[in-house]
Amino acid sequence: MEKLNRAKTEVKDIEDMDKGRTWVALLIILLGLGILFFLMAFSITKGAVEIPLSSVWDALFRFDENNTQHLIILDLRTPRVIASALVGAALAVAGAIMQGITRNPMADSGLLGLNAGAGFALSICFAFFPKMKYIQIILFSFLGAAFGAALVNGIASFKRGRATPMRLVLAGAAVSALLSSLSQGIALYFNVAQDIMFWTVGGVAGSNWEQIKIMFPWIIGALIGGVILSRSISISSLGEDVAKGLGLNTTMINVLSSIIVLILAGASVSVVGAVGFVGLIIPHLSRYLIGVDYRRIIPVSAVLGAILVVVADLGARTLNPPFETPIGPLIALVGVPFFLYLARKERRAL
Amino acid sequence: MENIKQKNEAYKSKVAKRNITILIICLILLILSFVISMNTGYTKLSPNDTLKTLFGGGSHKEKLILFKLRLPRIVVSILVGMGLSLSGCIIQGISRNPLADPGLLGINAGAGLMVILYVMFFGAKSFLSVFTLPFLALIGAGITAILIYILSYKKGEGVAPLRLILTGIAIQAGISALTTLLVIKLDDTQFDFVANWQAGSIWASNWNFVMTLLPWILILVPYIIMKSRVLDILNLGDELAYSLGTEVERERQLLLGAAVALAASSVSVSGSIGFVGLIAPHLARRLVGPKHRILLPTCALIGAVLVSISDTIAKVIVQPLEIPTGIVVAIVGAPYFLYLLSRNKQ
Repeated sequence: MEKLNRAKTEVKDIEDMDKGRTWVALLIILLGLGILFFLMAFSITKGAVEIPLSSVWDALFRFDENNTQHLIILDLRTPRVIASALVGAALAVAGAIMQGITRNPMADSGLLGLNAGAGFALSICFAFFPKMKYIQIILFSFLGAAFGAALVNGIASFKRGRATPMRLVLAGAAVSALLSSLSQGIALYFNVAQDIMFWTVGGVAGSNWEQIKIMFPWIIGALIGGVILSRSISISSLGEDVAKGLGLNTTMINVLSSIIVLILAGASVSVVGAVGFVGLIIPHLSRYLIGVDYRRIIPVSAVLGAILVVVADLGARTLNPPFETPIGPLIALVGVPFFLYLARKERRAL
Repeated sequence: MENIKQKNEAYKSKVAKRNITILIICLILLILSFVISMNTGYTKLSPNDTLKTLFGGGSHKEKLILFKLRLPRIVVSILVGMGLSLSGCIIQGISRNPLADPGLLGINAGAGLMVILYVMFFGAKSFLSVFTLPFLALIGAGITAILIYILSYKKGEGVAPLRLILTGIAIQAGISALTTLLVIKLDDTQFDFVANWQAGSIWASNWNFVMTLLPWILILVPYIIMKSRVLDILNLGDELAYSLGTEVERERQLLLGAAVALAASSVSVSGSIGFVGLIAPHLARRLVGPKHRILLPTCALIGAVLVSISDTIAKVIVQPLEIPTGIVVAIVGAPYFLYLLSRNKQ
């Protein structure tokens, strides 16, 4: 009897802890959104020209097209800040989903062949169609990302439609290596390696409203999709056998998640280039803060990812004005010490 | 009972026979690629001329081409292939992660950073570079690997595989970030040099390179093959390895050290050809199974074949230009790997 009671209290303790974690997750999300909003507003005021917060308010609600400050805010800075937030959320969630599905802590969206595919498309653009327009290049590199992802998924599920995590990971690594070697080869042969590098480290500098209008519905839709799938991803992260035993259609979940990751990461990669570290570090951070349940990891990752990229973009603009510091390396340099700390602290793998 | 035992024995000997056949096929392939590579290049030499020259005959020009240009390059590519693939095999075994490769220990990143710093300060055309670059790359790779080891070491637990992987990723990302920031500042010739190095070109090989690489391979390869049982045990997981009486942490240190030395010395002469270290162990495992005693030699041979064939292709495909060998390795290796992946169930 005493044993039973003890077991009961233990279960209750665990449930309490779990409840506590849900509250923590909610708190992080709300607090995070607040911080994100504040940071975005702050970020709009900073840059080569300093603009007081009051003009930001004016520009948004009492726009005057003869005022240069208003033009800077509305045409240059606001789209850029919104793009950073979207991209950050998208990359982080894409990374979290990849880590959950493949059960590999090294996985990020690049593993699905997206970055390599986009890079391949870029090198073809630069080598053969040097006169392409900006928006066309972006479209092209999204198609490249889709091509890479399709290749990886196709090969991984070639035999009897079974895309096991292991095969997905290996096919991803091989396809990525193949595509990036091809693009390296093309770039070196046609002497466009340097141009491509400047494009890929460019970051969110060139974002405009047109781009955001295209990106916004897709990214938001895919984020919602990720939240809907999050329960299945949690189960899937327990291992294929357990997931199957619990009645989960793993193949279906893998395919759906791949599509979501493709939309999220493909859209981001075509805008900012291969910023890999966000998708890798943010899910680990979220897991550290709120545990292994993807129902919490995915929304928390979205918020934290958005904050990270907004801050990084702020740094990119203000560190060395009027020049831009590339955003990818910046994120990595800030993220590395932190990630090292987490790696030492981390108690659970996935 | 007897019957089962007999069947078991029969199966075992069948597997052993098959594995030896695979090993011999790899060896034949290696010799073939060696011969073909010697005959191909900017100047065509017929197999007859080659043989004649090898055994003392031949004109002065033929001798020069064969002994000063082709032979060292072929030997370097074979050694590099062996070094990187063995290193990858060890690292995948220790970290128990199929995505691990020598790059995980920061070897490519560290060596690359050193190369860029050197090019920034002394320029790409400095005549000293043939001698100093491999040395500097080796130092860069070594420092990075040690840094990763120290950072993932925790008292009482040693270096847990997961922590090693995470630390490796972080350091690698940090160094690549620094590299990118520096690369933007390079001028055109410097950038070209670095881009070629990063794509893995076996450039300017001469006998000195062979001499710097050979001792490492000669000492470490037998050592690793001697340790193949330990690698098998480590593959089972830390707890099991402890209970089987293995000094897990110490063995891991030694093997990691060997892996770093092999990969770093290879990368220092070849530029980063990371893909060999990832793919060769997987290919070998698919062909001969997970036992390291047979896996390691197969892996070394596959790596050597892959790099030497790729190097031959790199020499001839867009003559008179050369494309970096690392690119060809991926273009040749990846499709074959993907084919195996889609065919095999395991």
